[in-house]
Amino acid sequence: MARMKFLCDAERCIECNGCVTACKNENEVPWGVNRRRVVTINDGVVGAEKSISVACMHCSDAPCMAVCPVDCFYRTDEGVVLHDKDLCIGCGYCFYACPFGAPQFPQAGAFGLRGKMDKCTFCAGGPEKDLSKEEFTKYGSNRLAQGKLPACAEMCSTKALLGGDGDVVADIYRQRVFKRGKGSEVWGWGTAYGKPDQPKAAAGAKS
Amino acid sequence: MTATRRLLITGAALIFAFGLGACGERDQVTVYKQGKYQGKPDTKPWENDPAAAIYTTSKWDKGSKTGWESAVKTRNLAQNEYTRAE
Repeated sequence: MARMKFLCDAERCIECNGCVTACKNENEVPWGVNRRRVVTINDGVVGAEKSISVACMHCSDAPCMAVCPVDCFYRTDEGVVLHDKDLCIGCGYCFYACPFGAPQFPQAGAFGLRGKMDKCTFCAGGPEKDLSKEEFTKYGSNRLAQGKLPACAEMCSTKALLGGDGDVVADIYRQRVFKRGKGSEVWGWGTAYGKPDQPKAAAGAKS
Repeated sequence: MTATRRLLITGAALIFAFGLGACGERDQVTVYKQGKYQGKPDTKPWENDPAAAIYTTSKWDKGSKTGWESAVKTRNLAQNEYTRAE
């Protein structure tokens, strides 16, 4: 198995926030914390509005992991970035380091006191006994230990949000792009280094 | 050798030594060492008994990594509605 990854198809996301709700419900995330959220650009502009669902991207070279002063992060064999809440001191360095704003901090007391960091676990729980009450209380549901995939991706009504083995997810997305005749421009050379040689969409492609 | 001359030579030697001391080339960039996880160990997902989970249809033998991967892949492929529609 390759690495577990999320992929959000901006052509399909309808900003329903079903993934956000599924995540909140599955993991009983506390008030004020959003492990996942939907970001919309060009809101209200006809034909230009795009939405994507964003959470922890479980980076292969995670900046949060690099900056953590107490080294509470670890990466599982499946490439999921998790952390030990017993070690976390709630310093917030990971929040500054993360390009996606994934780390969240619940309010732990008066005067905005910051609690221990909370983030998307790819529904893989944390370093407690699998499927135990302690694991659920600290980290939320452990769906991977049940042979399931993250609730957000499995619940997505338009299947805009794909989650799972990176190779399988890429295959599904590739097939989708071939069928609709466009969409490959969202990644690759053109996206990373400009688009001088961007191939044109196939004739008769629909939006 | 007069005392003045000796003093001058000693002074010049000291200035020379301190002056060159500043010319030493040292690394200007800090090389950060990658930290090592300090927390508790975690269990692998395939080490769980699938029967321990409620409301799941995924099946694998406890401890079988390939069995777990195959169960997860089945669910993963279910996200492709093109194959479901065919």
